Amino acid sequence: MKAGSNLEGLLRSGQFAITAEFVPPATGDRGLIERQARYFKGHVDAVSVADNMGAVVGAASWAVSRALLDLGLEPIMSLVTRDRNRIALQSDLLGASLLGIRNVFCTTGDHQKFGDHPEALNVYDIDSVQLVNAVRGLSDSGKLLGGAVCDKAGSFFVGAAANPFGDPADLMILRLGQKVRAGADFIQSQPVFDPEKFGHWVQLAREEGLIEKCFILATVMPLRSAREARAIHEKRRGVEVSQDIMTRLGGVPEPEQAREGLRICAEQIQALKEMKGVRGVHIMSAGREEVIPELIKESGLETARAKD
Amino acid sequence: MIIAERKPIKELLDMLAGHDRVFLVGCKGCVTVCNAGGVREVGVLASALRIARRRQGRPIEIDEMTLDRQCEPEFISWLEEPLREKGYTAVMSAACSVGPQYIAERFDRIAVMPALNTKFIGGTLEHGVWAEFCRACGNCGIHNFGGLCPITRCSKGLLHGPCAGSSGGKCEVRPEVDCIWHLIYTRMKNLGQVEKLKALKPAKDWSGYWSGGVRRVVREDLTL
Repeated sequence: MKAGSNLEGLLRSGQFAITAEFVPPATGDRGLIERQARYFKGHVDAVSVADNMGAVVGAASWAVSRALLDLGLEPIMSLVTRDRNRIALQSDLLGASLLGIRNVFCTTGDHQKFGDHPEALNVYDIDSVQLVNAVRGLSDSGKLLGGAVCDKAGSFFVGAAANPFGDPADLMILRLGQKVRAGADFIQSQPVFDPEKFGHWVQLAREEGLIEKCFILATVMPLRSAREARAIHEKRRGVEVSQDIMTRLGGVPEPEQAREGLRICAEQIQALKEMKGVRGVHIMSAGREEVIPELIKESGLETARAKD
Repeated sequence: MIIAERKPIKELLDMLAGHDRVFLVGCKGCVTVCNAGGVREVGVLASALRIARRRQGRPIEIDEMTLDRQCEPEFISWLEEPLREKGYTAVMSAACSVGPQYIAERFDRIAVMPALNTKFIGGTLEHGVWAEFCRACGNCGIHNFGGLCPITRCSKGLLHGPCAGSSGGKCEVRPEVDCIWHLIYTRMKNLGQVEKLKALKPAKDWSGYWSGGVRRVVREDLTL
């Protein structure tokens, strides 16, 4: 145990972890955050709190993470390198540590072109690999990028993202290797809508000797409708929805598609649980936290957890 | 070279409101090569402004001159006679933004306006198309990336490979632009140097960039 988070303990003990994404709204109302967070309670092991997801302003991930801690939930604080330089990022890490946050998820962040402030200046002082490395240095030896050593910097369980569906596949594995070498403890994938392709990526990661060095969490996302599936497939770069899923969703009347989407997602979770090298799932509910309890129930993980 | 682009006529007319006698100065350097501020473009622009002002019922007198370069004080000195003696109330510079700034510093009683938007350091892709190649970070390391610059040509300046927005070899931020990481990877493969990409790069030292304050190059061997 390095950081001492529950998520770390769970993964190290070999249990299948369930995390879920929470995108903080643009609010200063703690009550609103608490109401949305109630869907996570008792259903997931940790909640990944987004950092201005999609370059759209939301309440700060460190603050929301602390609010979740107060509710008895375990947060994974996301940090993107788009908006802050190394000074601000490291300062936020120390601040997070003193607030009791033990998990951090490092990414570069979506380009601001896609957000609600497309005219903003971006930062990108360091990239996600360098941020992972900075968190590692801070956790292991209290060392800041500038060389100074902090007193009791705190320790983090560090996560990074991976794209199993990018091309070429060997470049995606090379990038995964960089993140693992930089010190990532866990890896969260891009949403899986094509389990076969995902399985192939896990296989490549295994061949490179990477799956023993990190915990891989597969991201799943319940689809609301055939229309949403098509939109994601066409518009979201790097994400492909398999023909099987499209056919299944399209095969039921529209009012029942959300239900079918949930069922497909639950089946995916079950399949991923059996996939060697996959250590957990991360649920991306795209603002529909209310479906999480039902999804977990449908996937049978609740019962599995009770038996553990 | 410096790539620049002429501002819209409407913006230039707004700048010139209240001025009836103006000197329009072009540059024979980079902006001539990228067809933004050379002799020909200055001539076309002067005519367009005259016509527009005549239509507005407030004609404007515009004289033209194109300097060898506007980024050299020596050439700026050629403006002494016209700008001090001909009664212009404004000078519009069709150079990169070095030119108008030199003029502003030298002539303290005349309004200075930029006719161009200075875009980037780049090159020609095809006739009429230019692209950015360098962000002038002040510390070139392109040899580590097969001779291609991820600092400039990746929309996020990533040093460790493409983001998830790279798809089909294109960048999500500007889909007409190649994902530079796609090109770097292909090239490193061809060079047999993929191993080199696996190494972790330390956080970049940006002190040679604008982050280090306004930059200067001093060559002791050349200073008088």
